[in-house]
Amino acid sequence: MKKNYILEDLDCANCAAKIEEGIRHIEGVIECSVSFVTEKMMVEIEEGKEKEVEKQIKKVVKKIEPDTILREV
Amino acid sequence: MKKRLRKIIMATIIFLVAVLIEKIQFFNLNEMTISRIQLVLYIVSYAIVGFEVVKKAVVNMFHGEFFDENFLMSIATIGAFAIKEFPEAVAVMLFYQIGEYFQSYAVKKSRKSIASLMDIRPDYANVKTHGKIEKKSPEEVKIGDIIIVKPGEKVPLDGVVIEGKSMLDTAALTGESVPREITVNDNILSGCINLNGVLEIKVEKEFGESTVSKILDLVENATNKKAKTENFITKFSKYYTPIVVFLALMIACISPIVTKTNILDWVYRALTFLVVSCPCALVISVPLSFFSGIGAASKKGILVKGSNYLELLAKTEMVVFDKTGTLTEGVFDVQKIVSEKGIEQNELLELAAYCESYSNHPISLSIQKAYGKEIDKNRITHSEEISGKGTISKIEDKEVACGNIKLMEELNLENVKQVEEIGTVIYVAINKQYVGYILISDRIKEDSKKAIQDLKKTGIKKTIMLTGDNQEVAKKVNEALQLDMVYSQLLPVDKVNKVEELLKHKNEEAKLAFVGDGINDAPVLARADIGIAMGAMGSDAAIEAADIVIMTDEPSKIATAMKISRKTLKIVYQNISFALIVKIGVLILSAFGITSMWAAVFADVGVTVLAVLNSFRALK
Repeated sequence: MKKNYILEDLDCANCAAKIEEGIRHIEGVIECSVSFVTEKMMVEIEEGKEKEVEKQIKKVVKKIEPDTILREV
Repeated sequence: MKKRLRKIIMATIIFLVAVLIEKIQFFNLNEMTISRIQLVLYIVSYAIVGFEVVKKAVVNMFHGEFFDENFLMSIATIGAFAIKEFPEAVAVMLFYQIGEYFQSYAVKKSRKSIASLMDIRPDYANVKTHGKIEKKSPEEVKIGDIIIVKPGEKVPLDGVVIEGKSMLDTAALTGESVPREITVNDNILSGCINLNGVLEIKVEKEFGESTVSKILDLVENATNKKAKTENFITKFSKYYTPIVVFLALMIACISPIVTKTNILDWVYRALTFLVVSCPCALVISVPLSFFSGIGAASKKGILVKGSNYLELLAKTEMVVFDKTGTLTEGVFDVQKIVSEKGIEQNELLELAAYCESYSNHPISLSIQKAYGKEIDKNRITHSEEISGKGTISKIEDKEVACGNIKLMEELNLENVKQVEEIGTVIYVAINKQYVGYILISDRIKEDSKKAIQDLKKTGIKKTIMLTGDNQEVAKKVNEALQLDMVYSQLLPVDKVNKVEELLKHKNEEAKLAFVGDGINDAPVLARADIGIAMGAMGSDAAIEAADIVIMTDEPSKIATAMKISRKTLKIVYQNISFALIVKIGVLILSAFGITSMWAAVFADVGVTVLAVLNSFRALK
């Protein structure tokens, strides 16, 4: 299942890469792509694991860029 | 943003006061006091501008993030304080923040300008219900609803015009600047701008399925597919920072022991290393350039589905075209009318059009199109279609026969000469007397020749045409277009095989692009390194199947796309090499103690700002 997010106030491109890398390593994530330019993130999650993965996603974003606001679209 | 700017200004003023207090000795203070006041001012200035950074660094440290820029900047500046390089410490933090400010301003600005380039999203729809007009969001409009589009408004949903007449600006979809006329019963696509008349439209697709959403979706998600260069930079930056930090540690710890020189000197050099340890310039400017390139292409009616395709396009050396519908119009047209003595060409065409007026075969439709006037069916008293041969009709007092050579043979006509030309020949006889023929064939698109020439100019090594038509037709088309190679009489399956064969025999680095109309060549589009679909206005299938979609049906847009991709990649490489040369240069110089922290700050932030500004150029 593909989910799309907006990363508001994503200010640092290096962090975008780190967030992408961090989310890819979450168990249950098939693919993740963060676009620094459009402030968007696409995450493909294994069926049935959405809830758990979503929690982890929030954690990763908070850890790498505490000022960024994560919103689902 | 404003708060940040205020902090920067305040810190700068305090910093300047601290520097100048030494030069202007106003209160005749002794040196001790001056340096104490200076120290206090430096610390205040640093606290104003650097507090956020240090705070973030501490927080991230607890998260186990040691290589983020806040942490590195904090270490570099606090280190400078520790070795009593006070002005440097404050200046580095100050310039770092100024640079960050400019950088985020530039990024915001480019985000905005790219977004405005793709600003085709309609905000509302005027829905007509029970004679009243109501403003609704396009998502709420249902199939079958009637919407009104006033002059100057965007068409919000796909549909059919049921009332009104106007000119449409389709530039946002096609890049075409000439307005298109639209009237009752015409299909209308969302994303166009209505120029003068009021249009009443019956909605045929929901917003999510409408052209404008599809295009927006495609362009906005284009950055999900990253170019190789982008992935390389991400990987590179993962190693770059740790390596530079490690080198800094070595310099600070080992060099003083080996060279037996002043340790503070080496610590200063190590701290300089930390200042240049962020790969920001690369990480920001590369995706920004690609996205600008995608934006520039979409402005011209060329949709690129990912940065990777833009990169592949720039490396393309072989372009394979499907003939029908790509280089030729794919619609049959009357090419030539040849009449025997005693009859005018116009009259021949008129009679043929009347004779075939009950048939809806593509050939007879093309004759009627060429005739162009309304058919008065009262003039036809009898019409009979003879399957596989043609039509015989009675028009007023004349018996007209139109068809192929078999029909003429069946009628036992004299003087019929078999015509040896490429295309379909319709022979015409009046009252059992042969009077001439009409030649119908596909027409080469106006800009096909220019397309091939332009491609060669942009450095494409080989252009190839594939067609299902016979050799004669292929040869004739190629006489006009001058491609390097032509393969004819191919079934759809053969086209895939041919492309596979071409892929096998080429250099790995040189890419192959296939251009088709996206209707029945989806397998070939998928097989090629890059699939380009043409004339996609309103064709969902083509948008789905291809990697690059050209909204109009002009093949010359392929050369335009190629130019944009090459320019984008050039900018990407410029940014990469500029950033690397400056950074590595500063690293080497500071290892030998030739440069200062000031230069290092420029290498870090200055280069980033310049690279971001440079990536702007891909937009144009």
